Amino acid sequence: MDDTVKGTKLLKTKHLLGIKGMCREDLELILQTSESFKQVLDTPNKKVAALKGVTVVNMFFENSTRTKISFEMAEKRLSADVVNFAASSSSLKKGETLIDTAKNIEAMKIDMVVMRHSTPGAHKMLMDNLNSIIINAGDGAHEHPTQAILDLMSIVQKKPNLKGKRVTLVGDIVHSRVAMSNIHALKLYGAKVQVCGPSTLIPKDIEKMGVEVTYDLDEAIRNSDVMNILRIQLERHVGASFPSLREYHNYWGITNEKLARAKNDILILHPGPMNRGVEIDDDVADGDHQVILDQVLNGVASRMAILYLLSANIGGAK
Amino acid sequence: MKRMINNISLCEPLYKTLPKKILIKNGMVIDPFSEREYESDILISNGKIEKIAKNIKAEMGCEAIDAKGLYVSHGFFDMHVHLREPGYEQAENFVSGTNAAMAGGVTALAAMANTTPCVDNKFVYNDIKSRVKGLLVDVHQIPAVTIKREGKVIVEMTELAEAGAPAFSDDGSGIQSSETMKGALEYAKMFGTPILVHPEDHSFVEGVMNESLSSTELGMSYIPAIAESINVARDIEIARYVGGTVHFQHVSVKESIELVRKAKKEGLKVTCEVTPHHFSLTDDMVRTFSTDYKMNPPLRTQEDVDAVHKALKDGTIDAIATDHAPHPSEKKNVEFDFAPFGVLGLETMFSAGITYLVRKKKLSLMEFLKKITVNPRKILNLEADLFQKGKTAELVIFDKDKKWKVDRRKLNSLSINTCFHDDTHFGKVLYTINNGKVYKA
Repeated sequence: MDDTVKGTKLLKTKHLLGIKGMCREDLELILQTSESFKQVLDTPNKKVAALKGVTVVNMFFENSTRTKISFEMAEKRLSADVVNFAASSSSLKKGETLIDTAKNIEAMKIDMVVMRHSTPGAHKMLMDNLNSIIINAGDGAHEHPTQAILDLMSIVQKKPNLKGKRVTLVGDIVHSRVAMSNIHALKLYGAKVQVCGPSTLIPKDIEKMGVEVTYDLDEAIRNSDVMNILRIQLERHVGASFPSLREYHNYWGITNEKLARAKNDILILHPGPMNRGVEIDDDVADGDHQVILDQVLNGVASRMAILYLLSANIGGAK
Repeated sequence: MKRMINNISLCEPLYKTLPKKILIKNGMVIDPFSEREYESDILISNGKIEKIAKNIKAEMGCEAIDAKGLYVSHGFFDMHVHLREPGYEQAENFVSGTNAAMAGGVTALAAMANTTPCVDNKFVYNDIKSRVKGLLVDVHQIPAVTIKREGKVIVEMTELAEAGAPAFSDDGSGIQSSETMKGALEYAKMFGTPILVHPEDHSFVEGVMNESLSSTELGMSYIPAIAESINVARDIEIARYVGGTVHFQHVSVKESIELVRKAKKEGLKVTCEVTPHHFSLTDDMVRTFSTDYKMNPPLRTQEDVDAVHKALKDGTIDAIATDHAPHPSEKKNVEFDFAPFGVLGLETMFSAGITYLVRKKKLSLMEFLKKITVNPRKILNLEADLFQKGKTAELVIFDKDKKWKVDRRKLNSLSINTCFHDDTHFGKVLYTINNGKVYKA
């Protein structure tokens, strides 16, 4: 093992299915380890031998560019053997079942599975049926834990003490796996979490999770320390509960003009891919408050940390 | 493994022929029709009740059942069952389904029409009728309201009613057109036959669970409470307008219940049923991601369950019916989004009621029994006064307090999708008697 990473501590969790149910110590260990791997990425070689001999399969049943590349990069930087598998979730519906597909791949001797799937809970099924370590790369609108961890890392780098700080998730909360995982992670760090968007994109009873709700972006801009701008999925919205992108941009799109009322040190995140001119304007996306490309780099570093820390359980996940 | 043992060809009826004369000794007779409870013997000869009295002397050759400490009640009636035959026999068939029924004390049931082919004409109806003859369990086939349950053209109701159909139902789909619903109710009014309504507005985006804090946290697509209550409200309006008889199937939300309560107060001919899972479980169970908690209507919130308990007690909810919906494990053992809706019910209806209603003091034993005996029979205009001399002996003998663990591998259904697996239940049916046949646990 490299000197840069001293991984003697172990995670309490054996898999990474979601942030819900995780403890703060685990998140802290992951963030700490992520910073070490970030240093590795800054070296000319960019690579360690930590997962040499470990085989990771990336099963993506939904489209993804960033997350898939980020995981693959993380795995390769750790010297793991990487296998990629992509198919549409709907093909599972017709042909071989997910369990059969996964068991077949596992029979070829793999150690870890990174999966993205359209159905919440698909990873739990995998965990119940396989011996491999399971990492959730997004399950429907349920969780996207590695995104929350990289977001958290990006926030903590700028604002080390989150206690009492208000973090606002803006936009499409109801269809967002990023939102749920972020809420759980931020609360573990003592942040006040607020969601902001049109009422039809805020899911029922979310305030019962201890989350503040506002439909007023101006108010959110004024009271937030951090804003995480979620992507509006252009293809799915316009209809009974969403009048137009024009109206969305006018009332909930983040512009420099609106940001003028924010705290001086407000931090802007976006998990990508961005719809410039819809939820975020150019001058914000490229402006002084954003850490969007930091998030991308942190994504690789934190996924390296997660893969590395979870690999301690290979062979004994159950 | 269960499927291997219990496949269709090996599926045998679990009943035996009743001895010519049989004496049930010292049981506690609980008659939900007269609402009386008394210690008595019951003598059955040639499958008919000969005598209900104390200290009946056993004649020569008369077999006896010692029912001391046990209850003797009407056979249960489950007015909402999917037997899956014809068309989906890998899930259930007439024999396996009625085996499950008799093991749960169910001596009669109403089978829904969402089969392949759909029961939307006299020929399919009569064919099914001839094939369920001679079983211990009386299978009352309910024809569809509309052709292929498409909600457009109503079936030949007069002919079907004449052939014996006690009701009509498009169960599995809500009738979307108000025009069709009005026509069906008005037409069925001619022969006093109720329409059993699956209340659901399908214009909502198709979801997999209740819309609530749970769906928010799980990120699952959802079915709002109003997808049900909107249709309940509409059909009450239609029933008031045309004067027909409406029975709402599997009500699950407090909004629907309140609407039915008001309609009853007004004197409209409206009744409703609830399933055991809707009086015992909440949508929190979906957090396990087990597809055994995927059903339609979905499990709802604790508030809804509380409203169900209140409505059972005050009589707003007339009947308990299971919506027994078998699916083979290969269909259920997939991602939550892809699994079909539905859970088993026949074998756990009684014990779920004892466990979650009677023992928790939501209902008395008598009140509970009425909802699985007298009330469903009355709703379907069937004979509800079963304990009469000369009538077919249709009864169950049960131990109210017997504790058992629900084990999906031990159920008699061909499928294993129970939502009560591993749950500790109280109340066990020991004998089920009907049509001169007996099932013994």
